[in-house]
Amino acid sequence: MEISIKKDQWINLAIVATALWFIWFASGHFDEYTIRILNNIAIFIILAVSYNLINGVTGQFSLEPNGFVAVGAYVTALLLVTPEAKMYQYAIVDPYPFVLTLHANFVTALLLAGFFSALLAFTLAAPVFRVRGDYLAIVTLGFGFIIKILAINNPEVTNGSLGMNDIPEFSNLYWTGGIAIIAVISVLNIVNSKFGRAMKAVRDDEDAATAMGVNTFKAKTLAFCTSAFFEGVGGGLLAALLTSISPDLFDFFFTFQLLIIIVLGGLGSTTGAIIGTVLVIGGSEWMRFLDEPMNIFGHETTAMPGMRMVVFSLLLILIMLFAREGIMGKRELRDLFKFGKKGGK
Amino acid sequence: MILKIDNVTKNFGGVTAIKETSFSVQPKEIFGLIGPNGAGKTTMFNIITGNYEPTKGQVLFRNESLTGLKPHQIVRKGIARTFQNIRLFSSMSVLDNVLIGFDFQARYSFFESIVRFPRFISEEKRIKNRSMEILDYFGMSKFAHEKATDLSYGQQRKVEIARALATNPELLLLDEPAAGMNPSETEELGQIIKKARNDFDLTVLLIEHDMKFVNQLCDKVLVLDYGKTIFEGTPSDAIQDKEVITAYLGDFHND
Amino acid sequence: MDVTIFMQQMVNGFSLGSMYALIAIGYTMVYGVLRLINFAHGDIMMVGGFLGYFGIAVLGLPFGAAVLLSIAGSAALGMISDKIAYRPLRSAPKISLLITAIGVSFFLENAFNVFFGGIPRAFPVPPYMEEMVELFGLTMPVSAILVPVITAVLLVVILWVLFKTKYGMAIRALAFDVGTVNLMGIDANRIITMVFGIGSALAAVGGIFWAVNYPSVEPMMGVLVGLKAFAAAVVGGIGSVGGAVLGGLIIGFTEVVVVAFFPELGGYKDAFAFIFLILILLFKPTGILGIDFEKSRF
Repeated sequence: MEISIKKDQWINLAIVATALWFIWFASGHFDEYTIRILNNIAIFIILAVSYNLINGVTGQFSLEPNGFVAVGAYVTALLLVTPEAKMYQYAIVDPYPFVLTLHANFVTALLLAGFFSALLAFTLAAPVFRVRGDYLAIVTLGFGFIIKILAINNPEVTNGSLGMNDIPEFSNLYWTGGIAIIAVISVLNIVNSKFGRAMKAVRDDEDAATAMGVNTFKAKTLAFCTSAFFEGVGGGLLAALLTSISPDLFDFFFTFQLLIIIVLGGLGSTTGAIIGTVLVIGGSEWMRFLDEPMNIFGHETTAMPGMRMVVFSLLLILIMLFAREGIMGKRELRDLFKFGKKGGK
Repeated sequence: MILKIDNVTKNFGGVTAIKETSFSVQPKEIFGLIGPNGAGKTTMFNIITGNYEPTKGQVLFRNESLTGLKPHQIVRKGIARTFQNIRLFSSMSVLDNVLIGFDFQARYSFFESIVRFPRFISEEKRIKNRSMEILDYFGMSKFAHEKATDLSYGQQRKVEIARALATNPELLLLDEPAAGMNPSETEELGQIIKKARNDFDLTVLLIEHDMKFVNQLCDKVLVLDYGKTIFEGTPSDAIQDKEVITAYLGDFHND
Repeated sequence: MDVTIFMQQMVNGFSLGSMYALIAIGYTMVYGVLRLINFAHGDIMMVGGFLGYFGIAVLGLPFGAAVLLSIAGSAALGMISDKIAYRPLRSAPKISLLITAIGVSFFLENAFNVFFGGIPRAFPVPPYMEEMVELFGLTMPVSAILVPVITAVLLVVILWVLFKTKYGMAIRALAFDVGTVNLMGIDANRIITMVFGIGSALAAVGGIFWAVNYPSVEPMMGVLVGLKAFAAAVVGGIGSVGGAVLGGLIIGFTEVVVVAFFPELGGYKDAFAFIFLILILLFKPTGILGIDFEKSRF
């Protein structure tokens, strides 16, 4: 037992070191297009491993990401855009005076984005988790719409449908990649603790969990708020990457993509979420051609925007019907190496 | 007296599952709750564990009323249970299943678990060692890293009891623990329960159909029929009681 | 504001509420028998609207025939989606079912988007629907009266089926306990398929009404409506058909009347359903007409 713990720690260190090296290497050597994709992948890794916490590990079906990402993005944008830029871009009405005073450095902005999202999550959790029932999905779906409605209808704060621009481009691979590493380690540490065990128990058999003294309400709320925190931070990183955000950026498709990612990777597996992100975000780029006019065996088809999404939704249905476990199932990278030792299944 | 059921009635809509039932369980007793199917035995369990609120009456544990307490709070007061159809956590190992029982006794915070402060490490080590001890007691420690639901039925039953004991209970509720077992497994289980009662300082309340098992194990029994008490006393007296025999009408497993 | 305008808004509220009610019934029935939130249900409403459009504008059918086509097509779609996507997952963990439902929903929206384009298509409303009628001193189009009346008729029909026929009894039994129904020799799957058929048919009618009122159809029209209709079902009491109607009417009325009294809140009208949902979860989770089954899970 003692020896294998040390070996595990060395492997972990090696993985993190490789990741850090890769971030350094990519920043210096890859072209802009590739770096943009890598930034996207890093941010979506943060979103995916946290979305996986509530959906996969705790087994509570939620559709929250687009809402909390939007919240995080707007909070960050409000804190990063300079007062001059705000005065200039708020075109529908003038911004409230307090909006002009909002200012913070990047780290503070990201932390506030995360905490504000977590706070909102907490207020949602109380009515939803108190009752038995599958209302989390509908409530979080509605929440996403509400955030959009709030953003559009409060132009003095958010500049309404025009969205916010001139967000300083603070995000680079060091930020996105670094925070991704932190997020992954945090989530893994949570899962491998009494809190993670409680979440898994809730997923496997909520009544038996209660019978073992687990406070299931607390477990679900913790998972949900933690997800929201990282989704808020991810939203902030996204805002500082895109430099420009608007209410319809964070639509249902945003959440849907994350859903496919964690299902493909394996609901409940953090490693799976990472693999899923690489495949889906990478694959999404590659699949752009589906939206363009295509040449199939000499036939020219017209552009079919949205075909990508049709393919995605079919993919999701097929996975659920035929390969529900996804790539990793509930296992982590660890578990693959354990295969010979304890006698496989 | 460690547990007192005080004039408890439970109605579900129009159906009366338990009618004005009272009984007491003394410390370290092995107390059997028996009766034909549908007599209200599992309902009584669920009232004790807090999953159902009694329509009338109350449950007193160590002279403290359990009314209004949530199930997980009642566990922390010292009452643990197993289920008739063995509900182990299917995605987790045997060790993790037992660890869950200890978790509310582990003293580290959320933040400490993320940054892996020393208190996290020492507490995790402490409860892991305690879990292995309990598994060892039941001879299950060699299966610690197996997926819990991969084990045989008898082995899973032992793990479930180990898991319940991890919560450090004073009162252990066993819902048909011998269900689905052959005579030799049943005999072994009876020995284990008796030994655990002594070694862990437990009081045991169990639901059972197997009269031989009940005879071998229980100090006292309560016979329920249609939610009402029809007999309270020793198992051997119970078998001879006229009302009990009528209620069962041959439902006895007297092999 | 004067009485006529207020009454006018009441009628509008009734109309909108009826449409929500029709769709909410389908949600509540499927949830009742399967404990599944069928996310694709709102999109069935959209399909119903499109089939109506297709029937009139492309096939040149008279309105009545187009409506029948819409109902039949939607019911078929609902039943097929159950057979292909949901039935194979009957014994899978619940979350798998919910994810699949989202997948079906998204698929329908985007498939229609790809093949019909996202731009709303004007719905060819039959002229007699738009004729103005005088009733109780108010002037309104025929459709405004037709919608609540037909909804009421359909509601009576559904309640009659549920409480006076053996199929209805099977449906209600199924909502209570799946196992027992199978033991009594009734094929639970056939009953479930029936429920999908009925719910989808009602959603189609709702879709046609919607198309007549706005008057257009577009692929995303079922999204928000579906969300609100499910909220309506929960508010009224999930599992209860009467509750679904009550919830639908409450939300429909609120949307119309509040905006009429407070036009500055107009941008928030889509939020009311959500607010009602949170309130009911906080204060009476089983819904206004809901019953608290203390089902034995142990």
